[in-house]
Amino acid sequence: MNTQVTIAGVTFKNPVMTASGTFGSGMEYGEFVDLNRLGAVVTKGVANVPWEGNPTPRVAEVYGGMLNAIGLQNPGIDVFLQRDIPFLKQYDTKIIVNVCGRTVEDYVETVERLGEEPAVSMLEINVSCPNVKEGAIAFGQKSDALFHITGEIKKHARQPVVMKLSPNVTDITEMAKAAEAAGADALSLINTITGMKIDIHRRKFALANQTGGMSGPAIKPIAVRMVYQAAHAVKIPVIGMGGIATGEDAVEFLLAGASAVSIGAMNFVNPYTTIEVVEGIEAYMRQYNVENITDLIGAV
Amino acid sequence: MKAKQSAVVLSQEEIAPTVYDMWIETSLAEQAKAGQFLCVYPGDKSTLLPRPISICEVREDRRALRIVYRVAGAGTREFSGYEKGGKIDVLGTLGNGFPLEEAVGKKVFLMGGGIGIPPILELAKQISREAGALPAVREDVMVILGYRDEKTFLKEEFEKYGSVFIATEDGSVGTKGNVMDAVREKGLGADVIYACGPMPMLRAVKAYAGERKIKAYISLEEHMACGVGACLGCVVKTKEIHHHSHVHNARICTDGPVFEAEEVEI
Repeated sequence: MNTQVTIAGVTFKNPVMTASGTFGSGMEYGEFVDLNRLGAVVTKGVANVPWEGNPTPRVAEVYGGMLNAIGLQNPGIDVFLQRDIPFLKQYDTKIIVNVCGRTVEDYVETVERLGEEPAVSMLEINVSCPNVKEGAIAFGQKSDALFHITGEIKKHARQPVVMKLSPNVTDITEMAKAAEAAGADALSLINTITGMKIDIHRRKFALANQTGGMSGPAIKPIAVRMVYQAAHAVKIPVIGMGGIATGEDAVEFLLAGASAVSIGAMNFVNPYTTIEVVEGIEAYMRQYNVENITDLIGAV
Repeated sequence: MKAKQSAVVLSQEEIAPTVYDMWIETSLAEQAKAGQFLCVYPGDKSTLLPRPISICEVREDRRALRIVYRVAGAGTREFSGYEKGGKIDVLGTLGNGFPLEEAVGKKVFLMGGGIGIPPILELAKQISREAGALPAVREDVMVILGYRDEKTFLKEEFEKYGSVFIATEDGSVGTKGNVMDAVREKGLGADVIYACGPMPMLRAVKAYAGERKIKAYISLEEHMACGVGACLGCVVKTKEIHHHSHVHNARICTDGPVFEAEEVEI
């Protein structure tokens, strides 16, 4: 049984990754799961300088999922390179670094710093965080802005570039095509869906930021649909995510056209989810005599 | 070592309106410390996130933990229906706990307000009898508890470990008002404070400790998603740049929940 997948020239031992922002840089969940068994760790977003993030409350529960408005709190690229990368290098897993910024120059600066670090296999560019006012989402909701920033990052990046797309758009295929046309090596989606929760007893917003990004199993059908649409609109590979809790869920994304999958909010519910998904995919392959996992990709 | 486990409910009773007292059998008790907490998971998958609940007591044989919690929503309502022999999913043990060594040879206030009272019980037990070096005389352990009304849950149990003073919002028992009103009315004084309770109480404790230049260790709470330091949902503002985040935020779940009051902006 072969579970290897290759995306933009990088080969992963299996298609199971962690969704940015739900897994830190692996230190916390390394207490629960063997990071060596993951296809890749996708880190929490990092910027050129430290970001404080949003006020609390930053998280709220909703039916079958959650809202978050962390606001991309991060320690900045200097600390990240000194602390997080050496930690991850100890493991036999690929490192994909998620990059955020407020301006194109911010992104480029971080991308250039990461270019000096050969242990980083890929860059995932966050142009879809709904919780910060500047940057991020501003680049991810207009196809011309996405085209521009993708092109600028590609000029400076030494690793393959994955553009992480927002689901908060009218037509996901338009965004996918814009990123591809600008030279993106792969796409990842979906980021969270903008939502809101109101505490009716206190008559206040549940989140200090008022709106937040929704994740969790409740969004999975939306994610599967968007992954299917994006994967069929472009030739570059797609990494799929959104509410994956089990191996069966992951297979659904592969069949929809994803070349790999990421586990996000469900890490919070069950810290062993990533490994259970790895094992669940293998069980599915045994059950249906699938020799190569690549036979599943886009098979519907 | 943190782990998520299916624990067994040994007993459960309602000890005050909407306040439940549950003992669970779990190997997590081996490592549990006063001031740590568990993440407790509802079985209903429409309510996905864990409920952080403090450890009220560790059984002597270190094979069971006691949690005392208030029903605040769908998740805790589900827990309140659990019966003896049932299963309960828990992740633990989480957080840093109270620094017991700071109480050595000192007069201490152990302050709890409302559903912040339970974690103070294991702390009171540890401080009063663990090490011979801890406060030598029982009078030096002053337990000050704040309740809404005459439903003074856990009060009798605290009397084994120190001098207990009560404040109630409606004045039905003890001092009318909050824990700081009880301190003033009784003319109490201490060298170090440990406290858990609602934010207005903790702000008052921080101000009191600041004026008297004494140390106060306060246990905070916030909405959490992961409970293990990964999601950055449950942060508190810090006075200085924090050594882990490299910004002015500390994670309540992992860097806390107990903080030195002067280090956090509350």
